[in-house]
Amino acid sequence: MTGPGVAWYLGVAAFLFATGSLGVLLRRNPLIVLLSLEIMLNGANLALIGFSRNFGNGDGQIFALAVMAVAASEVVVGLGLIVALNRKRVTLDVDRLNRLRG
Amino acid sequence: MLVATAGNVLVWAVWMVAAFACLASAVAVVSFSNPFYSALALIGNLGSLAVLYLLLSSEFVAAAQVLVYAGAVMVMFLFVIAYIGPRSESPWAGGPSWQAVGAVLAAAALLVEIIVAIGLKAGGRLAHSPDVHGSFGSPAYIGRLFLTDHLLAFEITSIVLLVAAIGGVILGAHSRRLPEELPHP
Repeated sequence: MTGPGVAWYLGVAAFLFATGSLGVLLRRNPLIVLLSLEIMLNGANLALIGFSRNFGNGDGQIFALAVMAVAASEVVVGLGLIVALNRKRVTLDVDRLNRLRG
Repeated sequence: MLVATAGNVLVWAVWMVAAFACLASAVAVVSFSNPFYSALALIGNLGSLAVLYLLLSSEFVAAAQVLVYAGAVMVMFLFVIAYIGPRSESPWAGGPSWQAVGAVLAAAALLVEIIVAIGLKAGGRLAHSPDVHGSFGSPAYIGRLFLTDHLLAFEITSIVLLVAAIGGVILGAHSRRLPEELPHP
């Protein structure tokens, strides 16, 4: 394998996951929380594909594609919730969204 | 030998650019105050991740990444951000609050934990990767895996997508009924 070894890719994946978790913990806008969640999922995907290449086995790529489909579903439901909250004139701030009762 | 070395340098250079773009755009997504700029930075993040996937010889996943994420998901994000309207929120303003300090500490602890866990569990096996055949990660390879060994995962993924589509429709239909829009009996 030419170029950097898999350990470098795993380092990038770990940093991506930590950055995404920082965004989830720090930000209050639910849209940016969803975007940070996408970064976390992509960090996990990069680690899966790196290990798939390291072992010469395609199962990791299948898992990454399944994660991608689940991420797309999660975005549909999350954005639907955000639009619903916006139509009910609720403030979009995850610190204040502490009641589920409409 | 000289050609191999030149190729190695080229792969390293591409990896450096892609990894730096990936990390910088991830930090930009977290720290931009305008969600529109955050979404644009996430598109750059996804594109540079696709380059990293190509370097790991998984062509189909890279293509799916660009199509699904940068194509479909990000268009939906940008549409919703445009629908809701810009709401700025600066994450680092007003000095370091205890929440920000706690979030940074938790993220740093997570990073250290991931690196230690990977190093302990897989540190000895990461040094040399086997040479894979040329069709590794091609669409035909992925399709054969999906329809033979991983048929159950394929079917369950289709059910997950169906349930998400139904959920999106239900959320959209319910959110339309504001109190003033309801018909009075």
